[in-house]
Amino acid sequence: MSRLPVAKTYKLFIGGAFPRSESGRVYDVTTPAGEFIANASKASRKDARDAVVAARAAVAKWSGATAYNRGQVLYRIAEMLEGRTAQFSDEIQKSTGASAKDASTEVHAAIDLLVWYAGWTDKYAQVVGGANPVAGPFFNLSVPEPTGVVAVVGPQSGHNSLLGLVATVAPALVTGNTVVVIASEGSPCAAMSFAEVVATSDVPGGVVNILTGSPTEIAPWLASHQDINAIDLTGADTELALACERDAAETLKRVVRPGQFSATLGSVDRIGAFVETKTVWHTKSLS
Amino acid sequence: MSFLEYAPAPESTSILNLSPSYGLFINGEWVDGGDDSYTTISPATEKPIAEIAHASASDVDRAVSAARRAYDTVWSRMSGADRGKYLFRIARLIQERARELAVAETLDNGKPIRETRDVDVPLVAAWFFHYAGWADKLEWAGLGANPTSLGVAGQIIPWNFPLLMLAWKVAPALAAGNTVVLKPAETTPLTALLFAEICQQAGLPAGVVNIIPGRGSVAGARLVEHPDVNKIAFTGSTAVGRQIARTIAGTDKKLTLELGGKGANIVFDDAAVDEAVEGIVRGIFFNQGHVCCAGSRLLVQENVHDEIVEKLTRRLSTLRLGDPLDKNTDIGAINSKVQLDRITALVNTGESEGAERWTLDCPVPKAGFWFRPTVFTNVATSNTIAREEIFGPVLSVLTFRTADEAITKANNTPYGLSAGIWTQNASRMLRVADELRAGVIWANTFNHFDPTSPFGGYKESGYGREGGRHGLTAYLSNGDAR
Repeated sequence: MSRLPVAKTYKLFIGGAFPRSESGRVYDVTTPAGEFIANASKASRKDARDAVVAARAAVAKWSGATAYNRGQVLYRIAEMLEGRTAQFSDEIQKSTGASAKDASTEVHAAIDLLVWYAGWTDKYAQVVGGANPVAGPFFNLSVPEPTGVVAVVGPQSGHNSLLGLVATVAPALVTGNTVVVIASEGSPCAAMSFAEVVATSDVPGGVVNILTGSPTEIAPWLASHQDINAIDLTGADTELALACERDAAETLKRVVRPGQFSATLGSVDRIGAFVETKTVWHTKSLS
Repeated sequence: MSFLEYAPAPESTSILNLSPSYGLFINGEWVDGGDDSYTTISPATEKPIAEIAHASASDVDRAVSAARRAYDTVWSRMSGADRGKYLFRIARLIQERARELAVAETLDNGKPIRETRDVDVPLVAAWFFHYAGWADKLEWAGLGANPTSLGVAGQIIPWNFPLLMLAWKVAPALAAGNTVVLKPAETTPLTALLFAEICQQAGLPAGVVNIIPGRGSVAGARLVEHPDVNKIAFTGSTAVGRQIARTIAGTDKKLTLELGGKGANIVFDDAAVDEAVEGIVRGIFFNQGHVCCAGSRLLVQENVHDEIVEKLTRRLSTLRLGDPLDKNTDIGAINSKVQLDRITALVNTGESEGAERWTLDCPVPKAGFWFRPTVFTNVATSNTIAREEIFGPVLSVLTFRTADEAITKANNTPYGLSAGIWTQNASRMLRVADELRAGVIWANTFNHFDPTSPFGGYKESGYGREGGRHGLTAYLSNGDAR
């Protein structure tokens, strides 16, 4: 006798909790063939702003954690994802129509990318920072620091709904930024299941906030938000990216343009897109 | 004659051999500007120095195509070693003509010869020396094995450190293999035009460096929107920085912005008081306070406030304001009438909002633009003079009780360019340095610059760094490296 399955309610992920959209709105998520999979929450401007508040509140703890600790937490995400490969593979197949092989390849790539970035947390500062040999009796050191809160328009193509999310979120996390990401609108299931992985991987609440819904609706609020330091427009179409980059200029946000980095591969420069270089001088003397 | 009185010791201007008029430097030649010309004056005397051409939009187009041609046919094909040799030549020529450049800068800008001679021009030479050596070592810049130049760089610089800002922009751009079109500030074009002569003396291939004085709203705007410019580097106001970021949205142009600041200079009660007082003076009265990274907000621990302010005003009373060409002058002229009016308006606002004003009692020359060093005490964080960049010799003093409060107040600004920390407690210094959201932090010193030391802002003070390896990468692309 076949068992009636229990369907999952896909909600948002804000401040470590899973609220529904305050707007009460949902939208249909379907297979490429149009079959109903689930109702996803359609995040509103208010949800986006709540996510930014949560992300800002989490900056001190995450950026203040040791690089060793952040590396372990990112590695923990990879561990948790590994154990749920089958579930993610299944969700990816359903929502994107990928083959079983392609879906598991994608999950494995996401896991491996997390491991790669996990290893960067305690190496990045040494590679890009350093002592500056100034012409005078000074100790002079430059170090990278996280810029703060990073908004991400996650990749929106029908493929790589998990890998694209990981490839855009993980590099911002490496140095201690917190993130508000808009998941793939058409294939949000893997993203929201990834939220469950994040929630059980020792990631402090608010470090990763995941919204589902329309990037065209939500991204402009993030682009013009006064308390966001950088915006990654990887998943924005040309028109949306232009509007967001213009809005971002008002607060001089750091901007990653569509196509500037790969939507699926790791990149050291992408870590660098969300850091500030701080240079500290101190006098030296024997007196 | 009291011990503070000196016989005048003016630097002679006979070393200068200026033309009565200057055109634009495009494709290695001097050409007339398409817009009307104007007279650049000495802000210390209001006397004319030279007639300067204004570049029109079509002049900008000509300069960009010259830069493109030079990039395609010469500069991008030249070996890094040879590019470096040109930069070394330029560095040497700057050293050889150092006194002349210092006098020209002081004349055109109004800053004391002591500063142009001892700070600006030596740093200009150092900047070219530093980046000359990078030209054949780009694979070590941290962008993978095959970093590539960007193409044509459009560079727009301010009037506060005219030649030094040119060096910060031009040296890394050329070392990385780009060609440049540079627009100096309207009130201070002179040393950029002398630099064009130096490029000629160095035999730099035509079109590699193009210098086009002009209005920001005409030449600057055209340079920013020009479709054949690959990189914009701007130093100036946050308002213009915003406009530039907006204009280049949706393009592939790279951008670095070095904008305004409202730097906090934090003095703890265990600071070495005399050194701190010197550092406060250096922080805000260096270059008449026309410094984006100035320590314009003094945050002093409450229990030493009275002592610090008393010693500070006593020290300020020894400053000499007047002829910038005089070697004894500490405070020169304000760069322009426009800037003087802005400073005056903000200081009036400071008074009307209730802060207590102290101003140095000293004679001020009849002609020219001058503002006497001013200190405001009893300033509240909400006061205009504690929030807005004044860009003049005006210090706002605020107090704090705990390190946490100092950090909160220091970071309570949309800017994030610089900060200072004065304490003899090294642990506290390092912890406070960690917490400050600013790109450059001077501990037990202030306002030092070096070509090896990255400089630039957090938040609305801009993005990108100038100086050192970081500054070089602002002019490079990594090709395909991860």
